[in-house]
Amino acid sequence: MTLEAHRCPDGHLTYPAHARCPTCGHPQTDTVDLTEHTATLLTWTTSTAPPPGVREPNHLGIVAFDLETDTVQVLGQLTTGDVAIGDELHPVYEEQLRDPEAGIREPTSQEWDGYRFAPVTDD
Amino acid sequence: MDTVAVISAAMTDFGNRDAWLRDLLAEAGAACLEDAGVPADAVDHLLVSNMASGELEGQTGVPNMLAHDLGALGAYTARVDQTSASGGAGIYAACQSVASGASDMTLLVGGEKMTHRSTAEATDVIASLTHPVEYKHGVTLPSFAGLTARLYLDTYDAPRESLGKVAVKNHRNGIDNPHAQFRKEVDLETVLESPIVADPLRLYDFCPITDGSAALLFCPPDVAAEYTDDYALVTGIAGATDTHVVHERDDPTTMAGVVKSGERAYEMADRDPADVDVAELHDMFTILEFLQSEDLGFFEKGRGWVAVEDGVTDRDGALPINTSGGLKSKGHPLGASGVAQLYELYHQVLGTAGPRQVTADVALACNVGGFGNCVTTTILEAA
Repeated sequence: MTLEAHRCPDGHLTYPAHARCPTCGHPQTDTVDLTEHTATLLTWTTSTAPPPGVREPNHLGIVAFDLETDTVQVLGQLTTGDVAIGDELHPVYEEQLRDPEAGIREPTSQEWDGYRFAPVTDD
Repeated sequence: MDTVAVISAAMTDFGNRDAWLRDLLAEAGAACLEDAGVPADAVDHLLVSNMASGELEGQTGVPNMLAHDLGALGAYTARVDQTSASGGAGIYAACQSVASGASDMTLLVGGEKMTHRSTAEATDVIASLTHPVEYKHGVTLPSFAGLTARLYLDTYDAPRESLGKVAVKNHRNGIDNPHAQFRKEVDLETVLESPIVADPLRLYDFCPITDGSAALLFCPPDVAAEYTDDYALVTGIAGATDTHVVHERDDPTTMAGVVKSGERAYEMADRDPADVDVAELHDMFTILEFLQSEDLGFFEKGRGWVAVEDGVTDRDGALPINTSGGLKSKGHPLGASGVAQLYELYHQVLGTAGPRQVTADVALACNVGGFGNCVTTTILEAA
């Protein structure tokens, strides 16, 4: 499992991938591994009324990876609710983000592993 | 597109209803036809706005069922789904069906049956509109609202209390709406001390889960005159989309679909935001009323909260918003909500809104699907 931004020849980045770059319309031909980068927390929430199969409480955030050609934003679970806007976070792999069998979505229609974001600490 | 007339509007009581979708739709549809004195066999097109009857109730093929139940056999039928904006999308489809000349009488009925599901189940059905990379993290529409509310309050230095005041206002308006799910005044302290749902938003920042239906009858203006002297005109209507993946928006506090659909509707109606006398906005969450009131051009970006604080959007203010009580107090039966917005405005521009009546010649409704993913804006005026 990877956390990859998708890049078109013009350098625009998106997460997830799209059939055509939403900015310029060109096919996306390249990927950038985001797991090697840190990101800035744009905003966050703690959901205390999650749907079936989702951890409670569910800390969620939108982070921005500021890369060479573009900035790409990613939404994901946070490892903690003890965060603030502007914090530096890094991706942490999680085998199963929610129980695939509990919700309405067909379990085999998508992936269920992915990355949470954790605060970058000095140690 | 030519102007289209609305000659009748009806809605059921919203709330916890024993009736299933079939009966809710028939109740609103039959009342709408009867109020106009239009026989069912005069209906050329019958459209049903509904998001999830299959997922929620295990009932599909609803438009055909409704045509049979109403005695509108022979009519062309279709279901219009644009998630929470199914009602607005149905209005747009109904206007297109009449303006194109394909139909001289189009009945639109929106409805949803939801309360037999638990809150968690209903939330999951709605959250199924999200992209797989969103869904796997357990994101819900309420959590998008929490994410956006925190960013809005931080970016524009708005107090948390201002969001609570939207809930207080809309609950106060709903007291005078006999069809509303909640007809109870709520004070600011109650809103601010209610349980957290998606921090910083609390229970009273969210609309309830609701059963209900609403209906509208559309025809060309010359046909309208055969039935009544008092009818309304859709002078402007347009839709637009924003990103499906919510986190891909450069500025999450601006809903580009609202901006674009509003601009297009104003252009068609030859109106601007200052002409609007009353508006029904999609307050599924309190924060959405701020975003739409700004993105439709009523207030400067980041200043929608000030207008609420100053009472501008109160029923007796300069621009009353959600005189019906909004989704917040009236309830939000997904497919019915956009239709019910226009039910309120139909009565406002015709002067038949009773205790909720404000002075209104030009009215605007904004119906939002997803978290601003797909939007329809409608401008309604008295004929």
